Amino acid sequence: MTYRNDPYDPKQVALLDPEALAAAVADATAAFDAATDPDGLAELRRAHLGDRAPVSLARREIGALPPAAKSDAGKRVNEARRSIESAHAERLTVVQAAQAERILAEERVDVTLPYDRRPRGARHPISTLSERIGDLFVGMGYEIAEGPEVELEWTNFDALNIPPDHPARGTMDTFYLDVPGMVLRTHTSPVQARTMLARKPPIYVVCPGRVYRTDELDATHSPVFHQVEGLVVDEGITMAHLRGTLDHLAKAMFGAEARTRWRPHYFPFTEPSGEFDVWFAQHRDGPRWVEWGGCGMVNPRVLRACGIDPDVYSGFAFGMGIERTLMFRHGIGDMRDMAEGDVRFTRAFGVEV
Amino acid sequence: MRIPVSWLREHVELPAELSPEELDQALVELGVEVESIVDLRSTVTGSLVVGEVLEIEELTGFKKPIRFVRVDVGAANGTGEPQEIVCGASNFAVGDRVVVILPGGVLPGGFAIGARKTYGRNSNGMICSVRELGIGDDHAGILVLPEDVPAKPGDDARPVVGLDDVVVEVEITPDRGYALSVRGLARELSHAFEVPFRDPGLAAAPGATAEPAYPVRVVDTVGCDRFAARVVRGIDPAAESPIWMRQRLTHAGIRTISLPVDITNYLMLELGQPMHAFDLGALRGELVVRRAVPGERLTTLDGVDRALDPEDLVICDAGLPGGVAGDGGGVPISLAAVMGGETSEVADSTVDVLFEAAHWDPVVVGRTARRHRLFSEAAKRWERGVDPALPLVALERAVELLTTYGGGAAGAEVLDVDHVSPPHRIVIDADLPARRAGVPYEPARVVALLERVGCAVALGDGRSVAGNGRAGTGNGPGGRHASGPETLVVTPPTWRPDLTDPADLVEEVIRLDGYDKVPSVLPVAPPGRGLTPEQRRRRSVSRTLAEGGFVESLSPPFVSAELFDRLGLPADDPRRSAVRLANPLADTEPLMRTMLLGTLLGTLRRNLGRGHRDVALYEIGMVFLPRPRTAPPPAMGVEHRPSDEEFQAADAALPDQPWRVAAVRSGEVEQAGWWGPGRPAGWADAVEAGRDVLAAAGIPGDRVVVRQAGYAPWHPGRCAEFRVDDALVGHAGELHPAVLAELDLPPRTSALEIDLDALPSAPVVPAPRISGYPPALIDVALVLDAGVPADEVGRALAEGAGELLESIRLFDVYEAEQLGQGRRSLAYKLVFRAPDRTLTGEEAVAARDAAVAEAARRFGAVLRGA
Repeated sequence: MTYRNDPYDPKQVALLDPEALAAAVADATAAFDAATDPDGLAELRRAHLGDRAPVSLARREIGALPPAAKSDAGKRVNEARRSIESAHAERLTVVQAAQAERILAEERVDVTLPYDRRPRGARHPISTLSERIGDLFVGMGYEIAEGPEVELEWTNFDALNIPPDHPARGTMDTFYLDVPGMVLRTHTSPVQARTMLARKPPIYVVCPGRVYRTDELDATHSPVFHQVEGLVVDEGITMAHLRGTLDHLAKAMFGAEARTRWRPHYFPFTEPSGEFDVWFAQHRDGPRWVEWGGCGMVNPRVLRACGIDPDVYSGFAFGMGIERTLMFRHGIGDMRDMAEGDVRFTRAFGVEV
Repeated sequence: MRIPVSWLREHVELPAELSPEELDQALVELGVEVESIVDLRSTVTGSLVVGEVLEIEELTGFKKPIRFVRVDVGAANGTGEPQEIVCGASNFAVGDRVVVILPGGVLPGGFAIGARKTYGRNSNGMICSVRELGIGDDHAGILVLPEDVPAKPGDDARPVVGLDDVVVEVEITPDRGYALSVRGLARELSHAFEVPFRDPGLAAAPGATAEPAYPVRVVDTVGCDRFAARVVRGIDPAAESPIWMRQRLTHAGIRTISLPVDITNYLMLELGQPMHAFDLGALRGELVVRRAVPGERLTTLDGVDRALDPEDLVICDAGLPGGVAGDGGGVPISLAAVMGGETSEVADSTVDVLFEAAHWDPVVVGRTARRHRLFSEAAKRWERGVDPALPLVALERAVELLTTYGGGAAGAEVLDVDHVSPPHRIVIDADLPARRAGVPYEPARVVALLERVGCAVALGDGRSVAGNGRAGTGNGPGGRHASGPETLVVTPPTWRPDLTDPADLVEEVIRLDGYDKVPSVLPVAPPGRGLTPEQRRRRSVSRTLAEGGFVESLSPPFVSAELFDRLGLPADDPRRSAVRLANPLADTEPLMRTMLLGTLLGTLRRNLGRGHRDVALYEIGMVFLPRPRTAPPPAMGVEHRPSDEEFQAADAALPDQPWRVAAVRSGEVEQAGWWGPGRPAGWADAVEAGRDVLAAAGIPGDRVVVRQAGYAPWHPGRCAEFRVDDALVGHAGELHPAVLAELDLPPRTSALEIDLDALPSAPVVPAPRISGYPPALIDVALVLDAGVPADEVGRALAEGAGELLESIRLFDVYEAEQLGQGRRSLAYKLVFRAPDRTLTGEEAVAARDAAVAEAARRFGAVLRGA
């Protein structure tokens, strides 16, 4: 279908007429503007810019023109084609945007639908709090020391200056094994003795762990509970260092306004000894002093039993109950909630305290 | 211990205005724990007045005697007219003075008193009994004031009955026995308020006479290093204790019994010296102080017939027949220092009294008290240490009180068998308190504080402190050595047996100066090494399980032997061999767990019982595995460090206590919801959780081998064992249906337990080389015997495929008849990739063929469709 060799026929070049071209542009633009989606627009593009489109046919007629008219006619056709292409492109942008919007609207969902397909697990707050306290001290250069839960009487009592007839060694407080000389550790302090036997000063350790007392489980007691204990043995260690350490811990756990207060007390393994309270501003019943733990300067007898020269080194130790800390920090009213393992309790804490 | 403040005031000049809060704070800062402070003035409100009975009209016709009484209450009722009161008691007569509460008043317990009509009369108030006033137990009748009480009708009755006082209840730490007395507390308060203290323990008392008050032979002078006694004869057996003494004993929570016994209790509270009053008439012969012998028995005052232990100290009457202790040993009449016996006790008829005040060994008394579960007030004091200098002072006071209120005559003889050794001297650097506290105490301050405690302080060079112009100069005690700190030689007072070491003196200095004066200084630790690999591993495992939907539980490790049966452990299973407690809380659970699962399943059941349906729990903790040969650890002393060999030998006697992790799951692992149905949890979830644990522990997957296993309490066909480098580390799968039924747990409950301590340390992971070239993906489906474990097939494919294999994943398992009986198809996705080039199709197919060939060689696998 070539016109190239056709003789000139003015009727055949009617398409090159400026009015005809203008009409083609107008038709195409009107048609494009009526299109509402990219598919329809693509079809219209074929009709108005394809091989059989008026502007395409007009181009073919150029060959039939006298050479003098070809240039002029060519420009006119090109202009018309460009106008149609531009109208198409303009419309394409519009319908594509409209389509995208429509799709987005169609894809709308209720994002408030729950998707608890796999319920979350949780860590026990006893674990997370123990680790949190441990991490604070690790950040200060301490290390975390550990020991067995079935412990020698020697490390649990004797080495800590708790003589054989001390009431704490009675079966009213201590679980004994049926093998003499072994107990379930009644505190984390035997880890102190183990640490001092195993390393030389300077010693900076914390010992979190599980301990046992012969108390029936009730709202305020449990035969199994957890403590965290700190021990520092170095040259020139003073009670001021102990206070500084406890104050730092209190602030890290309870906020900048937290501070500690001491009351003289008695522990065989420390001398001087004290119990300490923490100022807890967030207490659910209002700011107040809360009993937190025990502390003191390591009794030189303990240092001696563990092979450390008390004339060269001094040390401090402190300890507190993890359950007790959780109880006042989180307003837990019943020890059993922490011991029984009900998932409702533990889930409430997630994986952080 | 409960003590009225008025009693303390007799010995220490406390501020006249002392609020309960100030008293509380002072005691707490001294290290005396305050249980409660009760202001008795506020226990009775309204008008509580002294009344005099003017007229008694006995009302008849009622089931019990009722009196209509007119009482003169002075002007207290506003009219001055006699108060008319109906009263159910009849232990009073006209002219008696009684305690009347007028309408509008409230007695302890919120008992409000009004004017009311009762027994046909108008009753305007009430005449009170001791119990109604809250000052004692006596409710046999109303309180009739003794004649010697100076009070007239209309007076406020509170001071008369001791309700104008404040009672403080304190808890004393085990080292401070001296503070279990008015004497000790008053001394402590004198420190707090810096006010004068008059020590009742230093009162004059006659010493031993040549003739003893009563023949006494102390056989065991270690257990009893002092025994003193005096006699009062001819007392009025009916004499009552004076009202002030009864009030004080009542406030202290001690029952009043009889004048001689009340006196001993009163002096125990006041001085801290426990005493005993014997009925002299009941004694037959010489008293012998000795240890009990096997077979001896004694019925103590509480009516309990006790078998005595050869360690128990007893006071025996050598004049009684039937002794089992042999010649002169006598028969026990008192469990020394702990509780008297019934036969020699002061009774209603006693006219001659032998007071005993002794000093006993605290350890022996403590053992006796615990052995016989007799935690008497006396035992509590002996165990904490009693001043051995007190017996004669206490006896003098006892004799004086008894003759004053009970008549009779004191014997002139004083018995005192004294073997008390003087307090040990303690040498201490004067700057030690400063070095321990981090507070720059002047040496003079140290000396002054130690003296305030009651210590005698001398300078190390032998000169006395006083001779050096110490007091008030503020320049220190002088006597300073040319180099080094000066030393002090400190002799603790007799009432402070707890002061034995320099550290004890350090505590006293810091305590009295004030713990609150110690500054806050944060010490700088040397660089640490962070968490150990084991600690990091436990944390990773814990977090991984929590992220996998498991909830952490910390179950108590006490188990019963029956649990092993219920878990279906074979009779010879080593897990049945458990550490046994000598004194378990529950006799049914005397064993320590040998596996975590048993107790964790208990927690699972508790949760299910509380209505939870889909429960997943985990626990990380120790189990306790006895050593094959259980022997007691060798004994070690505390005078010096045990040798490494000694300690290791002792440590090796302890049970093995490895860390384990266990997890259990029942119900659905994925819940049903708007997205579709839920998915029940099963064996595969447990095994995968086990793989997760091992991955979290840092064990590379290619070192983990999963094998079919048969191990209780798991389902024999649904139990996997995990091996790492061929060492067994744990099990996972579905639990045995019979075990689940036995434990009342839902079907298909699954579990895992892995020994974290059995895992090798996590290796340093060599980084994979990441190739940017495109992969070649080839699926293969192998048909082979259904009994071949998929884990091994995958391993064969991987090993056959060679280095070009990047990953392999089983994506389908298919069993159908056309595959043949007992055969199945396993379909794997293989990803091949070369580090340095794009693989050609031929290379990938060759590698695939090599993989299949290895599977074919090992298991006879054939390509499906081939």
